[in-house]
Amino acid sequence: MISTSAAARSAAQRVTLRNALIGGVGVLLLLSIVRYIANADDLTSSGAFEQALKSAVPILLAGLGGLYAERCGVVNIGLEGMMILGTWFGAWGGWMWGPWWGVAIGVAGGAAGGLIHAVATVTFNVDHIVSGVAINILGAGVARFLSSIAYTPETGGGVTQSPGVGGHIGVFSVPVLAGGDVFGWHSPDVLDWLDTKRWFFASDVAGVLHGLMANLSLLTILALALVPATWWLLWRTRFGLRLRSVGENPSAAESLGVAVYRMKYLGVVISGAFAGLSGAYIVLVTSGVYKESQTGGRGFIGLAAMIFGNWRPAGVLVGSGLFGFADALQTRNDASVHALLLFVGLAAGVGAVLVIRRRKALNIGLFAVVAAGAIAWYVTSDTVPPEFVYCTPYVVTLVVLAAAGQRLRPPAADGLRYRKGQIT
Amino acid sequence: MKLRRFLLNLAAPVAAISFSVAFCWVVLTLAHYNAGTAFADMWDYGNKSESIVSVINRAVPLYVAGLAVALGFRMNLFNIGVEGQFRMAALVAAAFGAWISLPAPLHVFAILVVAMLVGAGWALIPAVLKVKRGVHEVISSIMMNSIAIGVGAYMLGNWFIDKSKTGSLLPRTKPIPASGQMPSLNTPLDALGIRLPAGSNVFGFVLVAALLGLLFKLVIDRTSFGFDLRATGINPGAAEASGVSLKSMTMRVLLISGAIAGLAGMGDVLGYYHGFSTDFPSGFGFTGIAVALLGRNRPVGIAFGALLFAYLDRSAQILDLDSIPREIVVIMQGIILLSVVIAYEVVQRIAQTQETKAAAEATRRMDEADVPAEVGA
Repeated sequence: MISTSAAARSAAQRVTLRNALIGGVGVLLLLSIVRYIANADDLTSSGAFEQALKSAVPILLAGLGGLYAERCGVVNIGLEGMMILGTWFGAWGGWMWGPWWGVAIGVAGGAAGGLIHAVATVTFNVDHIVSGVAINILGAGVARFLSSIAYTPETGGGVTQSPGVGGHIGVFSVPVLAGGDVFGWHSPDVLDWLDTKRWFFASDVAGVLHGLMANLSLLTILALALVPATWWLLWRTRFGLRLRSVGENPSAAESLGVAVYRMKYLGVVISGAFAGLSGAYIVLVTSGVYKESQTGGRGFIGLAAMIFGNWRPAGVLVGSGLFGFADALQTRNDASVHALLLFVGLAAGVGAVLVIRRRKALNIGLFAVVAAGAIAWYVTSDTVPPEFVYCTPYVVTLVVLAAAGQRLRPPAADGLRYRKGQIT
Repeated sequence: MKLRRFLLNLAAPVAAISFSVAFCWVVLTLAHYNAGTAFADMWDYGNKSESIVSVINRAVPLYVAGLAVALGFRMNLFNIGVEGQFRMAALVAAAFGAWISLPAPLHVFAILVVAMLVGAGWALIPAVLKVKRGVHEVISSIMMNSIAIGVGAYMLGNWFIDKSKTGSLLPRTKPIPASGQMPSLNTPLDALGIRLPAGSNVFGFVLVAALLGLLFKLVIDRTSFGFDLRATGINPGAAEASGVSLKSMTMRVLLISGAIAGLAGMGDVLGYYHGFSTDFPSGFGFTGIAVALLGRNRPVGIAFGALLFAYLDRSAQILDLDSIPREIVVIMQGIILLSVVIAYEVVQRIAQTQETKAAAEATRRMDEADVPAEVGA
């Protein structure tokens, strides 16, 4: 399906550490400029990035879940349904026995959804998307039904909502930099001090870093640690090699003695477990309670983050950071959202200048039009309608997929049905 | 052989439904409810004549949405965006119907045309992204569903809202005048001797839906476009080699699917709500996917699937009186969907095995007879 030249190109364009750093600093610089011009302090505030991180983690976990399934060749559109199971079981477990049990039971609930998907797609060869759609419908139904049984009015919940989860998952702040405690010693909060000075750039960087270092939920740290762990497991172990070989060429893998079905089962069940963890995170860290349709399509956005990340863990991390930031906008104040129009305009302007070298008139034109449009919108309006803010992560997803769509390289046998003993 | 094949195909949905009922029976029993009472009450309530009218009306949008999904499925395209397409279409068409004034049949016709155009328009973005940029239509159309919620709310709240009714809680469009409403089927049914209970109306849109199904069948089975579509669905490589342009087929099929999806909400807009408000029913798009799969992407099958799902939804309402959670029906629908796709797969395997055996048997017989003509040929 994918030509070798495309694969070679994608390898050549792989994000190097240096490029990532330059890009990151560039984005921060642009944000500070916008913050300064628009006088929107919230744009680079610690709170904004704390929120963005919280929004990004469920998308990240869903995206990593998608990664495990698709690396073994099974498309998992059922992530959303498995996340719903994760939210329900996470809340129930948390309500019954406390938050860490909630995590464990939420993960188990998601994994059960993954098992159903594996049975349908691997054993019975049902089309992956069809099975995923069915699991999404089933997940929502199961959650509602269980709620109507478990959360009677006496418990303080109902058909669409659970009672509040008792207890909290601990938080951690980096000592010295973000004022964390070390063995009872309350360390100074250097970044916060720098942040309050409101110096150009320096304070902005401090605000962003402080948001990413202070009050981290232990579950957030676990989720972030799962990114390198996933990379190590899939690219540096025998298990990972086998799992990926099944996603690239199952017939060849089978001929070398890999148990294709077992690998696919493992991949899809792990995928469900990640989705379950993602749902549990929303309940136990973000909201403290289960509410119906709380996942709000984040399973799908996770999938988009995975595609954006070119089926690689680090890429998923970048993608979910972007989508998480867009998702968190809904909770921010009007001025900072409005200022982001200016950011989009300036970023597109920079983009137009950068692509001039490549001499592609269409791309330059597109960037220029977006830049002009966003800046014109910024100048002529005072606020962005909340409906449009709601749409932002979805529009960003579409734009990103449209822009990056052809540089991506999915596993070669992704989404294809496979029966034992079949010849290619 | 053909009869056997037919029976095998029929066995799949029957097995799926039985399994689902059995499963839900067990679930209800485990949750300490009386499953027997639940199903008996549902059966009694669902077969009342008021219920039957309601089931037919509820089945219409599911059926139309199912057709929209099925058209794509026949070519291995997944139009998951039916949900967004039908909501945008219902909103804009309702606002358009209230804005324009035309003589009765033309008015209704114009509203339907607008609905189809809006539905196709909302499908245009995923179609273009698929053809030009290779973005999988599933992800893009899911995003379009979410965008439809935001954009629809904005349009309703800022452009189409009926400002004369400031007192009402829900924002809604101006009402469509009588010339743009679709009459119910009660009068013709009355003439046929079918008396409906007071207060029940069968949507006139049922006829449009039936016509749509007929058209679907004719286009798929009897036109060169339909042939290309099926050929592409079965073997895209071969179809392309025979001169079918995959890109133009993808584009056309997604747009037509969007246009059909645009009609899904029109039975309710023209026959009941005479407008659009935030409490307009949703979820047709996703149930439409289930219904299309249940009916194996054939109009008659989709009609049965839509009626079944609408029947379950309606008859579940009685469970509230027994204080049994009616959400059991959603589980039932999910299990039916999952088990029916598995059952069709199993049936197909059985059929394949039989074919292989039959072929082997035929070859063996030919070898035994040692037909010289075969050698000579």
